[in-house]
Amino acid sequence: MLARIQVPAQAKRGEIITIRIAIQHPMETGYRPDHFGRRIPRNVIHTLVVRFAGAEVFRADMGSGVSANPFLQFHVRAEAGGEFTFDWVDDTGAKGSERATLNVV
Amino acid sequence: MRALCMLLLWPLLLAAQTPAPRSGLEFASADVRALQADDFANPGMLWVARGEKLWNTPAGRSATSCAGCHREAPVSMKGVAARYPRFDREAGAVLNLEARIKRCRESRQQAEALPHESEDLLALTAYVAHQSRGQSLVPAKDVASVAARERGREQYFRRQGQMNLACMHCHDRLAGRKLLSDTISEGHGNGYPAYRLEWQALGSLQRRLRACFTGVRAEAPAFGAPELIELELYLVQRAGPLRVETPAVRR
Amino acid sequence: MMLMIPRRRFLLACTALAAAPLISRAQGDPRRQALLREITGGPLPSAGRVLVDTPPLADNGHSVPLRVVIDSPMTAAERVRRITILAERNPRPIVASYVLGPLCARAEISTRIRLADIQEVIAVAEFSDGSWWMGGTRVIVTELACLEDG
Repeated sequence: MLARIQVPAQAKRGEIITIRIAIQHPMETGYRPDHFGRRIPRNVIHTLVVRFAGAEVFRADMGSGVSANPFLQFHVRAEAGGEFTFDWVDDTGAKGSERATLNVV
Repeated sequence: MRALCMLLLWPLLLAAQTPAPRSGLEFASADVRALQADDFANPGMLWVARGEKLWNTPAGRSATSCAGCHREAPVSMKGVAARYPRFDREAGAVLNLEARIKRCRESRQQAEALPHESEDLLALTAYVAHQSRGQSLVPAKDVASVAARERGREQYFRRQGQMNLACMHCHDRLAGRKLLSDTISEGHGNGYPAYRLEWQALGSLQRRLRACFTGVRAEAPAFGAPELIELELYLVQRAGPLRVETPAVRR
Repeated sequence: MMLMIPRRRFLLACTALAAAPLISRAQGDPRRQALLREITGGPLPSAGRVLVDTPPLADNGHSVPLRVVIDSPMTAAERVRRITILAERNPRPIVASYVLGPLCARAEISTRIRLADIQEVIAVAEFSDGSWWMGGTRVIVTELACLEDG
């Protein structure tokens, strides 16, 4: 699953940084018919977890009400340098992950 | 004297009567414009990112990537999309950008054909077209394109379908007016492949054109059909100096 | 004293107050109450402190930009733990839920959601002191004239 992550490469200690995530995914609602009139089964990214140095920073539990190609933005305080990891999973069990390193000066 | 003045000013008056073409972006809401302006939030950029990966991935029996021949896309592909559709000597036909990429994929990379509207073809097309963002469209000047464009122009002004409407009826005469809550645009293709909120995905100009055929209750030509290429050719000329916006966001 | 409150928080408090009547009027609605209790696990949230920012007129129900901003200093002692988005007229009314860990510096998230109909979008926030607050805004979803399938 293709995703784009935006984390500043560098921040001052104590600075508030913005984290943005965009994932290419149809977020199938389960209500759409295909060309033969059959329902396309629901398939959404139901869980996304963001960790910093192994500890959970942010978690999203999502349903079919989240738009296709989900986008998320939130704010984190930069206390120390380290690695953010992003892990998500959809209804078919397909998983995706990304990582980004933050340097604190 | 007055008559002479009028005569001298006539070309100026004519020029004033043909307003500059306006991109679909100008007819979009502030929310859609904001989404297109933000290169991270713009969901079309996901396809551009996917296209960049594909560009650098070897494929087919040649085991060559696009980059293997064309090197850095930001250099080699700059301005290319703005010149399509155009005549391709090897193919012996006028090709749009998608068709050109498909051809390269099949004949050079010797890879499996990319179907029309497939995620990979859209991604590669979006990535290549994105390298021309900000460049003005350039209508093809070769003989075959000029002839094909004339057929496209004729089609643009021809009534079609059960609603008996030509493209011109909405996109020339009624641009800027409302159709339910939609604002009718001038129908320029300079943002394609574009991310449409309606589609919840990126799609080609041909997909959009085919939807217009269905809209006037006419039979939509198949993807890649000459009628669609001809229409695309005319649309480029009609859009004049508008700049490539790929990946645009539309409602 | 007024000057001691950061401008951002003051403005937030004002907007949240302005939105409160809409929310509290509909709080008697039994379906809404049931959904709110499902989110909180019992108590009904108080109206206020939560600002839901969307365009009043959405271009397309497939993708409505949404920002939730909550009045909280986000210190270790006093913070928002969880934000849940509710769209009652959607086939699945609970849209998403966000857990804000200790590093989250602002009680704020932005995303894009689907809305099946004209409705009030509600955000419910759980605070670290165990209190629940909510806010909402009405969104008009407009229809397209030219659809791909005619």
